[in-house]
Formats: sequence, C-alpha cells, structure tokens
Amino acid sequence: MKKLGIWIAFAATTVMLLSANAYATLEIVITEGVNSARPIGIVPFKWKGDGALPGDISDVIMADLTRSGKFNPITPNSMPQYPESAADVDYSAWANMGVDTVLVGTIEQDSANKYLVSYQLVDVLKGQLDGGQSQVLKDGKLVTSNSHVIVARQAVINDSDFRQYAHRISDIVYEKLTGVRGAFLTRIAYVIVRDRDTYEKPYQLVIADYDGENETRLLSSPEPLMSPVWSPDGEKLAYVSFENRRPQIFIQDIYTSERTAITDFPGINGSPSFSPDGKQLAMVLSKDGNPEIYIMDLATRNLRRITRNRAIDTEPSWLTDGSGLIFSSERGGKPQIYSVNLNSRKVRRITFVGEQNLGATLTPNGDEMVVVNQTNGNYHIAKQALDGSSPQVLTRTYLDESPSVAPNGSMIIYSTLHEGKQVLSLVSLDGRFKARLPAANGQVKSPSWSPFLF
Amino acid sequence: MQMNKIMKSFIIALPVVTMMACSSGPSEEELAAERNRLAQEQAQAEVEAAEAEAQRVKAEAVQRMKRQEEMVQQEMEALKNEQTVYFDFDRASIKPEFQRLLDKHAAFLVSNPNQNVVIEGHTDSRGTPEYNIALGERRAQAVETYMMNAGVSSSQISVVSYGEEKPAVMGSTEYAMAQNRRGVVVYR
Repeated sequence: MKKLGIWIAFAATTVMLLSANAYATLEIVITEGVNSARPIGIVPFKWKGDGALPGDISDVIMADLTRSGKFNPITPNSMPQYPESAADVDYSAWANMGVDTVLVGTIEQDSANKYLVSYQLVDVLKGQLDGGQSQVLKDGKLVTSNSHVIVARQAVINDSDFRQYAHRISDIVYEKLTGVRGAFLTRIAYVIVRDRDTYEKPYQLVIADYDGENETRLLSSPEPLMSPVWSPDGEKLAYVSFENRRPQIFIQDIYTSERTAITDFPGINGSPSFSPDGKQLAMVLSKDGNPEIYIMDLATRNLRRITRNRAIDTEPSWLTDGSGLIFSSERGGKPQIYSVNLNSRKVRRITFVGEQNLGATLTPNGDEMVVVNQTNGNYHIAKQALDGSSPQVLTRTYLDESPSVAPNGSMIIYSTLHEGKQVLSLVSLDGRFKARLPAANGQVKSPSWSPFLF
Repeated sequence: MQMNKIMKSFIIALPVVTMMACSSGPSEEELAAERNRLAQEQAQAEVEAAEAEAQRVKAEAVQRMKRQEEMVQQEMEALKNEQTVYFDFDRASIKPEFQRLLDKHAAFLVSNPNQNVVIEGHTDSRGTPEYNIALGERRAQAVETYMMNAGVSSSQISVVSYGEEKPAVMGSTEYAMAQNRRGVVVYR
C-alpha cells in the first residue's frame, strides 16, 4: 500500500542529441513495490578516458533493474565506496548495508568512436566468506578461484550503442540473479491519440524501447488505428486501420515500413493475433452478420471459421503450443473467456468469477492468462490459471484494458485512465510492483510487448 | 363599332395615299427590295423571339431544378442537425425517444433513393477496445434495422463501428460516457 512515488528521470539528453528522430514521450513513474525489492549496488562505471562520455551505462542499468520490480538499486550517494573491479570491493562495507550483490565496471576509449566496456557482477557474501580467494580442486590440484565473481565480461561498443549495451548488461544481471531471462532489450508498440481538433493526423502507431526511449512513429492517420500486435519473429506488426473509413487489418514490416492490407471484408475486421509459428493470423470478422473468430493462413490467405453463434465472439489469443485459442464470448450472457481446441473445435468456458472477463492473453509459460476482470463495475487486470480457478486481481487503477505480457513473463503493460487521460501502466505478474508511463502529449493506448528481439 | 374602325383607317390611310401619289413614286425594284427587307426583319424577329422563348423556358427549368436540390439540401442540413441517437450502457436497443428522429431520416431516404448513408456505432470507454468494436457494430446495426423496417433500402445503408476510438466528448464523467454511447447517421 505504500506509495513511494519515485520519479526516475532518464539521462536521455545525450541520446536525443545523437539521433534526431529518436525521442521519448513516455516517462516511468514507479508507484508501488520498491520496498519489497532486493537491494543491489550498481556502481557508476569508471570512465578511464578524457572528455565526456557519449552515453550512460550504469544509470540505464539502475533504471532497468528498478523497473523490473525485483531489485532496488541503492543510490550512488549512499554507496560506501566506488570500486572499479571485483578486486577493489570492500565486501563487509556493502554487506553491512544489506547489499549482497555489486556490479562494477570500467569504460575505456578503444579507438575513435569505439569504447571498451568491462564489467563484473560480484557476490558480496561469498567474497566476504572466502576473501575472494577461495581454493577449489581442479584436475587434482588446488587452484585459486574467483567464485565470488558471478559474471565478468567485456565488449567493444560504438558510441551510439551505449544505451542498448546497458540493457544487455541488465539482461545478464537479471538472468544471473533471478534465473529468468531479462526483457530489457525488447520494445513496445502502442497507439497515441493526439487532440483530434488540432492534429490533422491524430492517430499514431509508434514503437519504442520497452522503457519508452527511442520512440519511432510507424504511421499517422486521420482515422483510428487499433490493436497492434507483434509477429513472433519481432519483425512485423499486425494492426487495424480505419484510414479507408472502414476497418482493415494490415501487416507492416517495422524495418522496411512495407505494408499490406490483408483483409477488407464488410463489417468488423479486427483483433489480429499471430499464431506462435507466425504462419497464421487469428482475427475477428463480422462479414457473416456478427463478430466471429476466423483463422487466416497468411501464405494462402485462406480463411477458417472457428466460432459459429449469434453472440459476440472476439479477442482471440493463441495457446502457446498453437493447438487452440482463448477468446471472449457473450454466448453465456455477459462476456467471459472461453477456450477452443482447433482440432476438436470443442469450446469450454474458463472464467466464472466476475461480472465480465475480457481481453485475455496467455503468459509465456502458457499455464496462466491475464484478463480484464470486471467486478462491482470496476475493470482491473487480473491473472488466472487456465483451469478455471479463481482470478487474482493485480491492479487498482481505473478502466484498465489491453494487457500485454513481457516475453519473460515478468511484467504486464496495459492501458488505464489516470487523471482523465489514457496512459500506459506496468504491473508485475505478482502484482507487487506498479508503475505508470505518463505521456507528454495525447492519450496512449493498445500497448503490445514485443517478443525477445535478440 | 366595326364601322367606326373602318372609318378611322380611312382617315389615316388617305393622306398616305395622297403623299405617295404626289411623289414621283418608287420603282418596282425598290418596292421589291423594301418588301424583302421587311420580310427578313420579320423572320429575324421571329427567330429571336423563338430563341428568347426557348431561353426563358430553359432558364426556368434550370431554376426549378436548383430549387429542388436546394430543398433536398436544406432537408439534409436539417437532418444533419439531428443525426445522433444515444444508447444505455452496454445496450444496443433504440430508445423510444429517438424513434421520431430515425423516422425522419427514413422518410427522407425513402423519397431520395439515390441518397446513401453510413451509420456509425460508438461506445463509451468502459470495456476493452475489441469488445467495444463489437458493441458499436451492434448499435449501428440496430439503427440500420430500424431504418430498413421503415422502408429504407438496404443498398442505401452501410454500417461502421468505431467502438471507443472516436469519443464525442473526452473524459470519463457520466456525461461524457453518455454522450459517447451513440449511433450517428452520416450522409455522404
């Protein structure tokens, strides 16, 4: 319940100066969950050259780890020392502060516009135990081991890659310490809606790094843009555009900007969702009278109709093995989540708690789903096992919708209403960490988290 | 009376005849030329008169057509001021107070079978965008069905749902939400 309200200011200016069309309009405000996170020391990397560095590393790593909800990096001001390598670490000084892991590193000029970055992740408690000089038996001999150094790496990077390499280090630190792959080198796609009275093309489809940096506009339109989703290879987005004054599903290559309208049926063309192998696209069409779920084979453009009833069926989402879909249906009265097996076509209701359950999406491990749950008139993000058990409500924000799960299953990004504006928010899958990404300008909605991109 | 007229013409004709008799008199050629000239002038006048008449009729026809279009335009403008029907939360049934409004549109469309309309369905921001697209379509279809039952041809109507994507009023107050749950009859 403690609202810490910690503002994280990004050191974005250098990055913005370097690339003219890259800018951030989202900023992350952590509202909850820092106090329960694990303290860690991210020591500012020692710059061994002259002049100013072209980018930040340790600040980005600190922000990443804080935003993961799992770590609480202590501020540089309160650090007992600023070691630049594992050998310099005063184990007990850190241990006394309750910090059991420290990241240290250096940056050196390699050549023009190239920098050598070295870093080590140090287990303070282990170092304290054996003084960093443990001896292990190897090939029948006792040798000195640096077992307190969890990981030690170095790389030569370009001046424009500081931020990206910092995310890479965050990924490694996160994976080494939690056992789960980090998702800091991922992106989000979302829709910004500017003021419709002042902007000729108020609807904008954009992608940004997961932290809101490097926002890039893919498309601007005078008419609504909806439902962006990533292809499993992270190369393309499917989305719905009303640019021709009717909804059509498009697929766009994010690197070449090449785009194709893949549906133009009468009525609704909506809710696209790529199959796990990327070869099929589930979608909602109302060409036969009311919204039904279809699957299109993307190579042949052949359609398979999956649902057949007079109620609304929408929001298909694939099971992780591709054997079926979960979707929202009004066949029982109010919208609830159902699953359909694509071989047997057997349909099963899987949500029973709440007035409505909508917009379900599977978590990456495939045994849980995240839904929009309506209880007592309030729409909140909830998670629930697929076996029909009770949902766990994760959020307390207002009018939550469009949840999308990070590819490592650690975090959900969703759209919510904050002070009358639609903003993106984050909540960890355990519901303990919460953050808001207020936009500088306009309403932000329909977030979609990319798959792993590397 | 008849007698009187004949007498009057004599009185006018007599001095003319006398004058002609007094002069040396035109030659036979001159008289023929004069008759020719008069005949030509008369023919010219007749053509001009016919043209003028045709022009007048045409102008009137154009004016009449314009007036008719204006009336359609005015009627449409009037209808455009009343193009929105509102719905209850999560409902898609036409409320009785909006039936008269839709009847007017239907009557206009029945008497102007070349006029097409698009019916837009909209929702408030509660619920998910995808579900709201479905709900918006259901609202637009409710309006479409009402108009078709009032005699409008299905070929004159198309529907499109914008869900919660084009709110009429921003924000999440009860007022804004009520203004956003709507069906709009749009003339194209």
